[in-house]
Amino acid sequence: MEVDIPAALNALAPKLGGTAVEKAQRLTGGASMETWAFTIVGGGEPRPLILRRRAVPMDPETSRSASMAAEAALIRAAEHAGAPVAPLVRLCQPDDGLGEGHITGFVAGETLGRKIVADPRFDRVRPHLARQCGQILARIHTIPLDATPLTTADAQGELDRYEAIYRSSGAERPILEMAIQHMRRNLPPPMPNVVLHGDFRNGNMMFDPDHGVVAVLDWELAHVGDPAEDLGWLCVNSWRFGRADRPVGGFGEYQDLLEGYIEAGGVEIPLSRVLFWQALGSLKWGIMCLMMYSSYATGATNSVERPMIGRRVSETEIDLVNLLEAGL
Amino acid sequence: MIEHPRADELIEAVAGWVESIRPQLNPRDAFLSRVAVNALNAVKRELVQGPVAEAAATARLSPLLGIEGDLKTLNAELCARLRTGEMDVSTPGLLAALKAGIEDQIAIDQPSYVSVKVR
Repeated sequence: MEVDIPAALNALAPKLGGTAVEKAQRLTGGASMETWAFTIVGGGEPRPLILRRRAVPMDPETSRSASMAAEAALIRAAEHAGAPVAPLVRLCQPDDGLGEGHITGFVAGETLGRKIVADPRFDRVRPHLARQCGQILARIHTIPLDATPLTTADAQGELDRYEAIYRSSGAERPILEMAIQHMRRNLPPPMPNVVLHGDFRNGNMMFDPDHGVVAVLDWELAHVGDPAEDLGWLCVNSWRFGRADRPVGGFGEYQDLLEGYIEAGGVEIPLSRVLFWQALGSLKWGIMCLMMYSSYATGATNSVERPMIGRRVSETEIDLVNLLEAGL
Repeated sequence: MIEHPRADELIEAVAGWVESIRPQLNPRDAFLSRVAVNALNAVKRELVQGPVAEAAATARLSPLLGIEGDLKTLNAELCARLRTGEMDVSTPGLLAALKAGIEDQIAIDQPSYVSVKVR
């Protein structure tokens, strides 16, 4: 069902502390989530806000998404824990006519990963980003496990889940098969679970040239699990934007990430554990790419993007081979 | 096979045309046109490099597995043996063979991709 978003936002203006909404425009974003920017006026200074709403009920990328209500609760909890976020303004109610969604403050900055790794505007702050990310993750990981209902997944569970998806795709890719079996036999020893962001990577953060990370975005894949999962995901080569030589997000070093994590109260995590989760991250991304290709092959979607993303499986395979060769 | 023009020349011509109309497109279509050109270029590389890469991969895997067959058959057999644990990362020559094969594949899919180097 098509929803007139600007009209619905305008009707909501009194509950957002204004009288009207101006400049409502859809921003480019994910396939499953819609993001809108708008300005609330009539209540003092005009205030820019962001609406995130679920555009389609189901998508392979988000099949495990937290509800928008859980996401809203997490944003609040993360703010309380001292992590930089775009503060929650309102969790959309059924009467709002916006579907499942929430409204947050607008935080100015840059999200494009390739700019963070290459644009000279970020040269000064870039050397500090890995440490800052470690500190932020340590704070996120202090969120109480009962802050909101979330699914729990450990390494074994993630391998089970992604192996099942791989099997159902019908693909026969020896490197993925080798990686799955190798990781199954080399699971990291158990460690206490924490609340994870679940998609903490370059591309899901708002960066400022002076202050570095100013907001952690996109909480929809939050879940409970191994703290090293969030650290490893940030190091997956697919989001280093061509700077494979800088393992943390294409901007920093492992050691700075791990030191920042400890400085902000996180537990000591060995690099080998981060590398395990980095490899598992590459495996997961490779299988997600296979899955997105499947949605084209089965006729569920017909955009040129979907089949082409299937050609990104090989990037994860070459990364996995190199990690296996290095003794993962 | 018809050689005037070759298939890769046809693809090159279409990719060039898509590039030329990009400035007239709205942002969404301009983005998709870039994806389309990437797809055409991957097909072109596959046409030119694919047969050699596939023959090389077949020649590498066949002696490791001790069986003959096309690459699809060899891949299926290799996956089955990896799954049962009969072969794994420590199987002599296997990782090197897979590495050579995936290097050829990435040269088709994304030649500019820089892979991880661990220490």
